[in-house]
Formats: sequence, C-alpha cells, structure tokens
Amino acid sequence: MAHVVLIGNLRQYTGDVTALDVDAATIRQLFRKLGEKFPELAPHLEEGLAVAIDGQIYQDALLEPIGPESEVHILPQIAGG
Amino acid sequence: MQERVKKPQFDVVGTRPVRPDGVDKVTGRAKYGADLKMAGQLVGKVLRSPHAHARIKSIDVSKALALPGVKAIVTRDDFADQASEFVPAGEMLINYRDVVRNILAREKVLYEGHAIAAVAAISEKAAIAALDAIKVDYEVLPHVIDEIEAMKADAPLLQEDMITQGVTPAPTKASNVAKRVEFTLGDTAKGFAEADVIIEREFKTKAVHQGYIEPHACLASVSEDGSADLWTTTQGHWVKRAHCAKLLGWDVTKIRVTSSEIGGGFGGKTVIYLEPLALALSKKAHRPVKMVMSREEVFKSTGPTSGGTVRVKMGAKKDGRITAAEGEIILQAGAFQGSPVQPACMCAFANYDLENVKVIGFDVVSNRPKVAAYRAPGGPISTYGVESVVDELAEQLGIDPIDLRLKNAAKEGTKAAYGPKFGPVGLVECLEAAKESDHWKAPLGPNQGRGIAAGFWFNIGGETTVSLQLNEDGTLTLMAGTPDIGGLRASLCMMAAEELKVDVHKIRPIIADTSSLGYNFLTGGSRSAFSSGMATVEAARSIVKQACQRAAKLWEIPEEAVTWEDGEVRPAGENAGKHKPMTLSDIGKIAGKTGGAIVGYAAISAQGAAPSFGVHIADTEVDPGTGKVTVTRYTAIQDAGRAIHPSYVEGQFQGGAVQGIGWALNEEYIYGPDGKLQNAGFLDYRVPVASDLPMIDTIIVEVPNPRHPYGVRGIGETPIVPPMAAIGASVRRASGVRFFELPMSPPKVLKAMKAAGKA
Amino acid sequence: MAKHHVTTTVNGDPVEYLCESEQTLLDCLRDELDLVGAKEGCSSGDCGACSVLLDGRLVCSCLVLGVEAEGRSVETIEGMAQGDELHPLQRKFLEHAALQCGICTPGILVAAKALLAKNPDPTETQVRYWLAGNLCRCTGYDKIVRAVMDAAAEMRGA
Repeated sequence: MAHVVLIGNLRQYTGDVTALDVDAATIRQLFRKLGEKFPELAPHLEEGLAVAIDGQIYQDALLEPIGPESEVHILPQIAGG
Repeated sequence: MQERVKKPQFDVVGTRPVRPDGVDKVTGRAKYGADLKMAGQLVGKVLRSPHAHARIKSIDVSKALALPGVKAIVTRDDFADQASEFVPAGEMLINYRDVVRNILAREKVLYEGHAIAAVAAISEKAAIAALDAIKVDYEVLPHVIDEIEAMKADAPLLQEDMITQGVTPAPTKASNVAKRVEFTLGDTAKGFAEADVIIEREFKTKAVHQGYIEPHACLASVSEDGSADLWTTTQGHWVKRAHCAKLLGWDVTKIRVTSSEIGGGFGGKTVIYLEPLALALSKKAHRPVKMVMSREEVFKSTGPTSGGTVRVKMGAKKDGRITAAEGEIILQAGAFQGSPVQPACMCAFANYDLENVKVIGFDVVSNRPKVAAYRAPGGPISTYGVESVVDELAEQLGIDPIDLRLKNAAKEGTKAAYGPKFGPVGLVECLEAAKESDHWKAPLGPNQGRGIAAGFWFNIGGETTVSLQLNEDGTLTLMAGTPDIGGLRASLCMMAAEELKVDVHKIRPIIADTSSLGYNFLTGGSRSAFSSGMATVEAARSIVKQACQRAAKLWEIPEEAVTWEDGEVRPAGENAGKHKPMTLSDIGKIAGKTGGAIVGYAAISAQGAAPSFGVHIADTEVDPGTGKVTVTRYTAIQDAGRAIHPSYVEGQFQGGAVQGIGWALNEEYIYGPDGKLQNAGFLDYRVPVASDLPMIDTIIVEVPNPRHPYGVRGIGETPIVPPMAAIGASVRRASGVRFFELPMSPPKVLKAMKAAGKA
Repeated sequence: MAKHHVTTTVNGDPVEYLCESEQTLLDCLRDELDLVGAKEGCSSGDCGACSVLLDGRLVCSCLVLGVEAEGRSVETIEGMAQGDELHPLQRKFLEHAALQCGICTPGILVAAKALLAKNPDPTETQVRYWLAGNLCRCTGYDKIVRAVMDAAAEMRGA
C-alpha cells in the first residue's frame, strides 16, 4: 500500500483526511480510488494537480507507476514564468 | 567570473560555442513579432477602457464601421461566452470565462486599459479614427486598487458572484477574495514555544512588470475555408493555438501558429491578448491583420506580477535552529482571479529544513490588469519576506547569516514544507561557495553594507516533441517547439552534438510551427533546456540506433554485432575490423538508397525536473544625503545541475538578478486616486539601466539532476528570487535602517533614515 | 494630405520614400524601406531599441520624423557588417554571449559603434553611461559591457 498525503486545500474535499494508505499501481489508479473514496475530491483530481512519488514530482503522468511502499504526495500543479 | 565547474568529461557540453541564431540577431536579420509583413495586410487596433471600473451599457460601432478604410470591428458580440472551466496554462489554472472577458470586456470594464473593441483598417490613421468613432456608454463604478482595501467587506465588488474558495463552510456573501490556500506541516504553536527568539514582520511589495523590450505583436491571416496562419511573439505557440481555438470555436488543426523570434517574455508572453482579436478581424475582413501593442498598452493591459502583503513569523533557538515558521501572503490577482499565491506559499520556506510550518495565502481581485506569470511567479514576493526575517534572526542571534542558513538549509532528504522530500539539491553547496567567495571576504567602504539571501524554484518538465533529421550530406536539422528566448537552440544543438559526436555547427536548429511538430507545452517553468534537451537526447539516440541498424544491413551482419563508439558505427565482436567503420556522415550519404532518410523523433512528457537553489550576495552604498541606493558589487551563485552552455547559464543568473535589483530599488506600478496607472512608460517605470549597475559576478554550482541525461536543472527562474532580500539586508547594514517595503527608492530610504536619525 | 517625398542615404545607398508628416524615421525605415532591424520598444525615446546614426550622430529613430532624413545620411544595423565580415562589435557580442532574446541588440550595437567612433578607449563607466539609453531586460548588461570593451580593445589593436 502506498502512503498518500494530501497537501494544501485538498483536505476540504476529504472531510479533513490528509493521509491514508491506498493500493494503487499507477497515478491513474490512485486518482480513481481516491475519487471513489472521496466523491467531492474527484473533479479536482482531473486537472491542476501534481503527484510526488518518493519525492519526485510528476505532472500529467497518469501512467507513472507507484511502488507498493511508495510515499505519495498530491499537491498543486507547478508551472512558472 | 569564478566557476565551480569540474573539468568537463564532455566534448561539447560545458563549452561556449557561438549560438546558431546569433548572426541573425547581430545583423538585424532576425524576425520578431512586429517584423513580418504580408501583402494586403490591415492594421489592427484596440479600443481600451479609460475607466478603472464601469458597467458597459452599450457599444455602438456603426459610425466607425461606416468610415472609409475600416474593414472590420469585433466586440464582445463576436465571441461566445465561455463556461467557468479551469484549465492548466502557464503558471496557474485559467478560467476561460475570465479569459474571454479579458480579451474583450463583456458586462463591465475592470481596469483602465481593459480591451473593449478591436478594429482593422487600411492604415493606422484609419484605425485610430475608427477607435475614436466607437461610442461606448459607461456607468462608472467605484473602484479598488489596493489588495487590503479590496478584502474589506464594503469594498466595491469586481465580480458579484465571487465566493471565496478554500473556506469551510463556504461564505454566503460574495467578495473580492477568490481563494484561500493553506499549507501546514507539524505544529507551529509547539515550535514557537521552543524558540528563544521570535521575529514577526509585515512586508509590502508593489506590482512590477516583466518589462520585455518587445511589445506584444501578431499577424493573422484567415482564408475563406477557415484555415488560419498566425505569426506571433509567444512563449508557447501550441498553448496559444489551444486558447485561440477554444475562444473562436475553431478546430485546432485549422490554426497554424508560428512563433517569431521573441523579444523577451519572462512569463508575460504565456498569455493571449491580441491573437484571438487578430484572427477574428482577419476572418471578418478577409485580409491579413497585423496588431502591435504600444508600450503604454503593454503596461496598462498586460500582466504585471502581483504586488502584495506578506506577514512572516519565525522562531529560532539560540544556536540558530529554526523551530517554527508562519506566513500569510496576500497577493493581487488583478481583475480576474489567479495570482501566483499558491507557488508563493509553497516557495516561502522551501529553503529550509523545518518541522513546523504554516502558510496561508489569499488571492484577491482588484481593478488592475490581470497578473501574468513573471519569472518564478510568487516566489520572489514570499521569499523577500522570509529571507528578510532570516537575516534579522541572524542579526539578533549574533550568528553569521550564511552559518544560520547552513544550519537550517534544505538538503537531500529534507521534507519540503509543501510535502515531498527533496532529491539531490545544491543549497548547501551554494552557501559554501558564497562563504568561500572573494566577494564575501572583501572589505566594505563607508556607507556600504553587504547582504545575502537564498532562493528556490521548483522547475517543471512537461509535453515536449523534438525531431532530428540526418541530412543526405551528414549534417543535421533539429526541430524543437519551445520558443528560444535566451540561447536554447545553442544548448539543444550542443546536447545533440555531444551524443552524436559531430561538430555542433553541423546541426542547424529551428523552432518549428504548430503544424510541423507534435505538441509542445510552452517555454516556462524553466523547462525548455531540461525538457527539449531530454527529447533532443532521445532523438539523437534514436538516430544512433537507426544508424547502427542501417550499417548492420549494409555489412550483412546482425544488428547486435554493431557498436557505436567515438562517433562511428563499428563492426564488433567476431566481425571487428572486417568492415570500415562508418560515420554519421557516411550513413547520411547512403541513407536514401538503403531504406530512406534517418530521422530521430521524440515525443515525451518530460518528468524528473529538479529544483534549483541559488544564493545572492549584494553590496550596496546608501547616500545619506539623498537616500539613493547604489549596488556596488553583486554575486549570483546557483546550482545549475549541469551548465550546457555556461555563458547562457551565467546570462540567466545575471539577468534575473538585475530584474530583482529593479524590483528592489525602483520598479513599481503607481496608481492615482482615479484608479489610473500613472507611470505607463519606461521613463517613469524605471527598469535598471547599464549605468545603475556593477558587473554581476556568477558562480555556477553543479549538483547534477540524476533524472536528466546531462544532469540539467532548470535555471531561468531562481535568479529573480533572492535579490530583494539580499539588497534589503545590504541596505540595512549600509544605512542602519531595516526596510519592510519595496521598492527602496530614494525618497522612502531618505525618509526612513531621517526618522531613524541616520541621515 | 499629400505625402512628402524624401531623398536620403541609408547605409550608403541613395533611397527615396514617401511619408506622411507624422511618420517617424523609424516608421519609414521599417514600413517604407523594409529595414526592420531597428525595433520599436516604446516610441518615446526611452528604450533605445530603434537607435540609428543620423549623419553620424546617435539618435532614437522614433524621435526623428521621416521628413527630417531629407538630404542626410542614415546608418542602421543592416549596414554594420561589411559583406561576410561582421563588425568587431557584432563578433564580440556573439563571442561574449552578450545577447539573450536579441531585441535590444541592434540598437545597442549601433549605439556602441557611435561610442567607439568618439572614444576608442572607453572606461567601463563610460560604456555604462553611454549605453544607459539602451534598455536590455535579459542580460543585466554584464556581458554587453564586456563585449564592447573587448571590441574596443581589438579595434585599437591592443
């Protein structure tokens, strides 16, 4: 099970849950499972988020694998000027 | 210039060849946004609001349309309204409902300079006459400019239905506060209880403009079948294509966008302003339409970055260990929501390894132009406050400001205040380089002081496509899709040359148009050398693989029996020495007769971008008679991961530092009580000039990014993050006064020095 | 109103153009003669991107009327290289990487050429003050100043 931490304002959609364990092999699976668990969060998972897997930030990478013991952070997408 | 570049293990990477687009740029041949002309082109001009806030009761274009030489006019009626829908673009999510209102006002004008109508006419004179003949009936409304005023309950409302997001329970009343964000780690109350010293300060920064020297410009030509060519100065032509297609309701494939040479962007050319207007006008007029902004329009109607209010509270033990940090960051979004408050919050304490952090941010609309990304959007504002407080902590604790930072510096494995753990990062190495530098040890003169500050930016990757063609004479053509603003093509050719072991000048690069290459996200987030470099390397390796396959076929030996060494395809194993090795040039020459051209193509979503930390040292001299601050010496130190072309890496450090010096000392948007911008020109909005500055020394630190084939980190944005706090700390030591507001312009400095009895 | 007929010399070539009274020399160079090397950054004489030489004197061509070029000699960036031979300033700008986006480069090169014609051995401070009318937002001026000093040294044979 990957250990998942929700950063920033996402807790508003999860009833203040900010950390949980999820069994997911890819970012896409992770988003699907989080969306099922927290329906209010689901629309916010579609755009504008980044996922850090063991510290490495991924953006627009739905097929990126997640290891069984990975630490995963979900945070706002980052861009720049 | 000092360099901490280890002896390069490379032939090309780390050298300083002349850039491939250089000669065109020193001879005046390079074509920028306003430099293209098409037969029969019309002149497009925009009518803009004279009011900071007004309801549009009616727009009557009939008289203007009837004028001789006027070929088309577009207003709000020519663009369908858009649903509220957030999509990622550049620095933050954008909402097309807002974008369609920003390109042409609908119900209200929300800032002075807000576009209302656009005309196309046979001459500039005819276009201006048409603008004068458009009748707009306004109901002028009260306005609000300052972000703190705009947050008040009785402030004039810009959007009557704006309910603050991020607050539970959701407010029932509309306000100008678009969003509240919060990032927390640990328990700050516990951390402050452990502190021996606590410092709490409030800082103010002003809106500042990116200040690219080239105004926005484009040329659109729409044919009768609806296919369109758009030439524009932009940081991302695929992104602009998407925005234009969305707003016009056209198919993406109908719009072919070519990016001109770009005369500076710094984030400000990630946004659409003129392009959809020029396309709509050209479609109506059946002729090409060229639109070029004036400098006044650039200042009044295009994105500056936010000004804001930053409150910082930090506590530390006597030994310098920071125990808790809190920040509150209130940023101007301009007329529509979407300030860089989120990255500002995430950057605020990123320099440090902290257990207890809490940052709250507010995104506030007011009657100003909508902000656009500006180099490390949000980072410089929050970092100015935080690094200034760190300097004050050092002062109060009697600890050297470098040592205090070293004690708390983020390093590999540090959990960032925004969540994830850092991989290998170079802040400690930058601080050590600062400590060892000649600059840090040099003596100071009277009325002089020295300050130091650190800065951080995330950096990104993203969608990137590169094509690399081996030509029939063995030369190569490289097609990339991220506009080159400061030497990108040179870096990409160097990475390809390193891979292929060819002379870098045998590779000719172009920035391809949107119909010639797969999708490319824009040049922003310090991504282009990283992402397009990664794709270039992949494309080059594909060429090597194909070359080996081709040689194996020619030699009639298995593919596995061929190796690539020292720029040659060689037979290996039992076949070694049996065939004459072939260079890429040899293979290029016979490719056409042995199966067709060899093209390397890489379409990737680049992942693995790594943050870049930097440390700046500033010396200033403060004139006690006038309050004028002069920067007397400056050193920018930063982790580049790997400097492909060190001159252009240094150039990014120097340019970012000087933009930060301008932000610290001179630049600001000044509004009158009428809500109008009072300094919409380079005379009164004073960017640094050559005589304001010393040489900007650089030290390139290289802690390679393990996720890039050459170790590249993005480096373009971090250099604008440290300067304001570094200069503030320096002015503090030079003048004896600590400042909490930017810019530190002579009248303010003199006033503060007099009040403190120092002048 | 009828246009004015202007006869002038640009980069050594005799040229003629028609212009309106209010058209600037910059407009005439760019729109009538298709010499787009001089750039319009502000049209108020503050940025120097439109710098040209008028009878050898450095001017912002956005502050000169097109009709004022009558009978005079205009030198623009397009006339700086001699055939295949870049001017030493152009070469040094490339060697020193003294440009990033390049939009200010034509104006700065023309201005620097005017400086070296007056003062072949300028100090760093003299270079900085001479170029204070030419804005560059990318480079922080460091490499520009170095390139000008280096070109001056080469031209002096130093």
